[in-house]
Amino acid sequence: MGVTGRYARRYARVVTMPTTLTAFADVTTSDSALRRFLHGLPGVDAVGLEARAAALGTRSIKTTAKAYAIDLAISMIDLTTLEGADTPGKVRALAAKAVHPDPTDRTTPMTAAVCVYPDMVATAKAALNGADVKVASVATAFPAGRAALPVKLADTRDAVAAGADEIDMVIDRGAFLAGRYLETYELIKAVKEACVREDGTAARLKVIFETGELSTYDNIRRASWIGMLAGADFIKTSTGKVGTNATPANTLLMLEAVRDFKAQTGIQIGVKPAGGIRTTKDAIKFLVLVNETAGEDWLTSEWFRFGASSLLNDLLMQRQKLSTGRYSGPDYVTVD
Amino acid sequence: MSESTTRLNVFKTYKLYVGGKFPRSESGRVYEVTDSKGKWLANAPLSSRKDARDAVVAARKAFGGWSGATAYNRSQILYRIAEMLEGRREQFVREVGDAEGLSKSKAAAVVDAAIDRWVWYAGWTDKIGQVVGGANPVAGPFFNLSTPEPTGVVAVVAPQESSFLGLVSVIAPVIATGNTAVVIASEKAPLPALSLGEVLATSDLPGGVVNVLSGKASEMGPHLAAHQDVNAIDLAGAGEALAKELEIAAADNLKRVLRPQPVDDWSADPGTSRMTAFLETKTVWHPTGSLGASGSSY
Repeated sequence: MGVTGRYARRYARVVTMPTTLTAFADVTTSDSALRRFLHGLPGVDAVGLEARAAALGTRSIKTTAKAYAIDLAISMIDLTTLEGADTPGKVRALAAKAVHPDPTDRTTPMTAAVCVYPDMVATAKAALNGADVKVASVATAFPAGRAALPVKLADTRDAVAAGADEIDMVIDRGAFLAGRYLETYELIKAVKEACVREDGTAARLKVIFETGELSTYDNIRRASWIGMLAGADFIKTSTGKVGTNATPANTLLMLEAVRDFKAQTGIQIGVKPAGGIRTTKDAIKFLVLVNETAGEDWLTSEWFRFGASSLLNDLLMQRQKLSTGRYSGPDYVTVD
Repeated sequence: MSESTTRLNVFKTYKLYVGGKFPRSESGRVYEVTDSKGKWLANAPLSSRKDARDAVVAARKAFGGWSGATAYNRSQILYRIAEMLEGRREQFVREVGDAEGLSKSKAAAVVDAAIDRWVWYAGWTDKIGQVVGGANPVAGPFFNLSTPEPTGVVAVVAPQESSFLGLVSVIAPVIATGNTAVVIASEKAPLPALSLGEVLATSDLPGGVVNVLSGKASEMGPHLAAHQDVNAIDLAGAGEALAKELEIAAADNLKRVLRPQPVDDWSADPGTSRMTAFLETKTVWHPTGSLGASGSSY
C-alpha cells in the first residue's frame, strides 16, 4: 500500500480526507467548516510523540557522517539577530559571517540566510553583495503579532520591497487560542499575497506558530494544518522570544504534518525549528528527525532550516575539531 | 555467625568531579585500583578524552566568576578547603596510607602537610599581586602599573607518586591566583584525589574551578595539550617521553608549559614559582593629571 493510501485510511475514520489541494477548499469556506476539519484531525499521542523524539535523539552519528551532518547543518542555518539593539554594523558583521562562517577554512559552506528585522533588510542585502545567502525578514509585528492587519501587511510589504527573499511572519496566537481559526487562516493568506513582488515573483513565506504559547500538541498540529492550507512555504516553531522554543517533540510533530500534507496534496512545505538549538549534538538530533520522519527530500536548505545564532559557533568548533584533530575553543570563532 | 559479618559491606563508588558534579566516566569504563601491596581497594573511573573535553568546558565556564572573585574571597574559600579536610582527616589518612604504603603516623603527617599547604596558598591569594606586580617608573606623565592576571584554564598532570600532598601542591597554586584547573589524578593512586573532589564540593568552591579526572595521563594528556581552549599545562606527573610529546602538542596554540621538575620532598617550602608559572602580566597606563603650566596632560 502506498503512503497516500495509508494516511488516507488513517484519517478516514474521522473525516474524509481530500487528496488534492483544491479538494481542501471546502474546509476553508467557513469558520465552522475549518473548525470541524481541525478538530477532526487525530489527537496527538503526547507520550508516544515525546518517546519517539527522544528515541531518535539517541542515534550515534560519527566521523564522516558527522562531518557531512555538520556541513549540512551549517548550510541550513538562518543566522539570526533580532535584538532591539541591532545596529547596521552588527548586521554587516552577521552577513560577513554568513558568507564566510570560518574565515580560516574556505571549504566551510555558507549559511542559508541571515534573518533580521525589516528595517535592516536593505543593510543586510547590501552587505551580502550578491552572495548566495538569502535575506529573511521577520514581519507582521514580530514577535507578539499584536497589531492591526493593515499594519502587519504594510510591515510585510516594506520588507519585501527592501529586498527580503523570505518573510517570517507570526500568527495571531490570541485569535488562534480563542478558536477563531478562519481569522488566522485569512491572516496568513493576506500576508502571502503581500509577499508578491512587483515583477510577480514572491518572497517565500515562513509562518511562526510560537509553539510555546499554543499549550497543547493538538494545537500545534491544528496550527500546522492552518498554515499549510493557507499557503505557507515553511512552518516554523517559534520566535525565540518565549521560554519554550523548538523542541525535538514539537518539531517532530510539524515534520509529520508536512509529510502528511505532501502525501495528500503533493505540495512540499519546509520546516524551521528556531530558538534553543545551541549545540552540534542538538542540531544533528534534528537532522535525524527530518530524515526519519519527512525523509531525504527535506534534507536541504530549501526545505529545512535552523533559526539560530550561537549554534553556528558550536558547529564551527566541531568542524575544526574534525579537520584538525584538536579540540577548538570559543577564542577561535567570532563573538556575536 | 560473628557480629562483624551480620552487616553488608558498603563499598564506595569513586566518581569523577567535573563542573561541581560527580559523574561516572562518559565511556562507562573503570579500572582496578590496588594498594601498594597489590590488594584491591576500589574501582576508579577510567576517563576518556570526552570526559577531558567536558571538564575543559566546565573549567572555562567557571573561569569568569573565579578569576573575577576578589582575592580575599578566594582566600576564604581556600582556607575553607583546609577546614573541610581537617574534618575528614581520618578518611584521608587511611586513603593516603593505602595508596602510598605509609604507616598511619607517616600518612597523618602527609595529610597535615597537605592541609597546611591549602592554608599557605590561602594566604598568598591577596599578596601575590604585590610581589610580582607594582608601579613601573616611566618617562612621561603616567602612572604605569603591572598586575598579575590568571592565565585561564590550566590542565594539570598530577604527580604520580605523591598522590595527595603532591596533588594539593599542584592544584592550590593554580587556583589561588584565579585560574581554573582540569586535573588528571595519579594513575596508580587516584582515590585521594577523587575524595578531594568531595571536599572541594563542600567548600564553597564554585563548580568547575577544579575538575578531577582519573585514568591514564597518556590517553587524556595529548587531547588536553592540543586543546585550543586550554591556556596552560602543568606536566608535573608526566614521564619524560610523555612530557616531551605533550609539550610538542601544546606548542600549537602557544600554551604555557610547566615542565616536570624532580621533587624529592613535597613537604618542603614550595615558594611562589608554581603560582607565577600561570600568571600573565597586565600593564596599564594612566595619566597623572595636570602638567602644571602647560595645563592638562590630555
